[in-house]
Amino acid sequence: MRVSKNISALKFSQHTFKKYLFGSKEKIGKINLLVYFAILGGIGFLFLYPVLYMIINSFKTPEDLVDPAIAWVPTSIFLGNYVKAFVTMDFMNTFRNSLLMSITPAIIQTIATAIIGYGLARFEFPFKKLWVIFIVATFIIPAQVTLIPRYMMFNNYGMINTPWPNLLPAAVGQGLKSAIFILIFYQFFSSYPKSLDEAAELDGAGKFRVFSTIAIPMAKPAIVVSMLFSFVWYWNETSQSSLFFGSVIKTLPMKLGSFAAAYEQVYNPNDADVFSAINESISLTGTFLSILPLLILYFILQRQFVESVERSGITGE
Amino acid sequence: MKSKKKKHSLTIKQRNSLTGYLFFSPWIIGFLVFTLYPAIYSIKLSMNELQITTDGILMKFKGLYYYNEAINVDTSFKTNVIDEVYFALSATPIIIVFSLIIALLLNRKYPLRSFFRGVFFLPVIIMSGPVISELLTKYIMNLAVFNPVIYQFLMRLPSFVRNPIFFALSNLVFFLWFSGAQILIFIAGLQKVSTEIYEAASIDGATAWEKFWKITVPFVKPLAMVNAIYTVMELANTSYNYVNIKIASHLLEVGRPYSFSAAMSWIYFGVTLLLLLLVYLVFQGFGRRDNA
Repeated sequence: MRVSKNISALKFSQHTFKKYLFGSKEKIGKINLLVYFAILGGIGFLFLYPVLYMIINSFKTPEDLVDPAIAWVPTSIFLGNYVKAFVTMDFMNTFRNSLLMSITPAIIQTIATAIIGYGLARFEFPFKKLWVIFIVATFIIPAQVTLIPRYMMFNNYGMINTPWPNLLPAAVGQGLKSAIFILIFYQFFSSYPKSLDEAAELDGAGKFRVFSTIAIPMAKPAIVVSMLFSFVWYWNETSQSSLFFGSVIKTLPMKLGSFAAAYEQVYNPNDADVFSAINESISLTGTFLSILPLLILYFILQRQFVESVERSGITGE
Repeated sequence: MKSKKKKHSLTIKQRNSLTGYLFFSPWIIGFLVFTLYPAIYSIKLSMNELQITTDGILMKFKGLYYYNEAINVDTSFKTNVIDEVYFALSATPIIIVFSLIIALLLNRKYPLRSFFRGVFFLPVIIMSGPVISELLTKYIMNLAVFNPVIYQFLMRLPSFVRNPIFFALSNLVFFLWFSGAQILIFIAGLQKVSTEIYEAASIDGATAWEKFWKITVPFVKPLAMVNAIYTVMELANTSYNYVNIKIASHLLEVGRPYSFSAAMSWIYFGVTLLLLLLVYLVFQGFGRRDNA
């Protein structure tokens, strides 16, 4: 009697042990977890490698840089590269430009695409299917096809070297990847019952009132996605903006593109001293500085970023 | 008074579609002004010789002259396009499979999950023309050269095995960094597969392998197509794409401003459309085999 009881207890503990190691339907076991962490950690390291490489090299002195024995840990934390890169990029001014030239179109694009998406989602009107096909088509038409005529058009109206070429297309749903945001809002605003609108209308609210007081507060995840992605994409965009206003308004990625030339202009190019010439560390510091604001933003908003993508129904089709 | 009467004469349906158009009208205006008109104008540019004079722009019709120049006369355009097509054909499947694997790994519940998600979405944030070219062209991490053991091992393999592996390894970071948005799309989709389907399958005795092929893959297939289209478009539109660099470099060329670039961008657009068609056909074929 007692023996069998012991055996069943043993069996039970074996079972829980197995469950502990290999997991069950509800929970991942410790061994599986280790395997997961090994795979994710390995690939994650590869993902972060360029960033880590950049950060570590930005602290290296020229001596550390040429020393083959120093790969990961520099002898001291050297800030000279930062000073030089800061001056070369004219950081504060450029940063302000970048910020303005990304936040403003991001806000405008979000408002515009929300309105357009709402119109598509909540109302039935003729040729709607056709318009949706056109919206997808605008995503497929590459920027370089429309780039030249847009440039000529803006040039005719004297808008070259002003922020307008970035703002105007955004305001009418033709900004950077606007089509994606329109489809996200379309998807999002289609996902709740029409009776909600009808109830508000019975209480006397007009269509625009319904939009601003019912639809918009509910669409918070989609708005977060649209704001963040627009901001990031506008921040990183250089090929159009450098043509439209690049000679007057310099953003951080633009400055990075001409970093080596700018460096030689700021620091004496005829200097015979090898250590004052541009080196890998300095240009990596420039790269790091140009994405640092995005990294900070990402660290603050990481949770919203990831979660809002999941909640906004980005994959509705 | 009159307008009020007119408003009342509209049916609810008509009024609805009118309000709908009111909300939607910004897009129509934008589409006509900033997309359709420029696109048509760009076709016109590609077929005309431009002379910029003090009175404005003079155009002389040249037909398909610049298209012929781009394909048959220019020395590098054709090779650039072929290189980029080859690159897109090999990179897209790798990116899709890779991002699906990562998405499946990230979709489970375990500690530190949000940390890993944060790591894998990072490239979406910092990817931009100058940054990525700075990081990838100058300091590209070539794993094969990096590690002599792997290198030795690979050199012994026959070339038809070795070359694709070399290709994948030497562009590894590039591929990884290109799959941020695709991982996001896969995860967002995977979250919608209800766990009940998997439970029902387990009760019927399905193994994890069978569940993957019979439940996950069919569900993920449309997402994979969206991702493939997105990847092809992204690769075609990046500013460090050789074709785009070529197009930009001829933009203000003396003698043939705009026209030659416009012709090249339309040719490349046609090539991209063919690639998208190929993606579509591949997924259609895949679907048919699935149903059989």
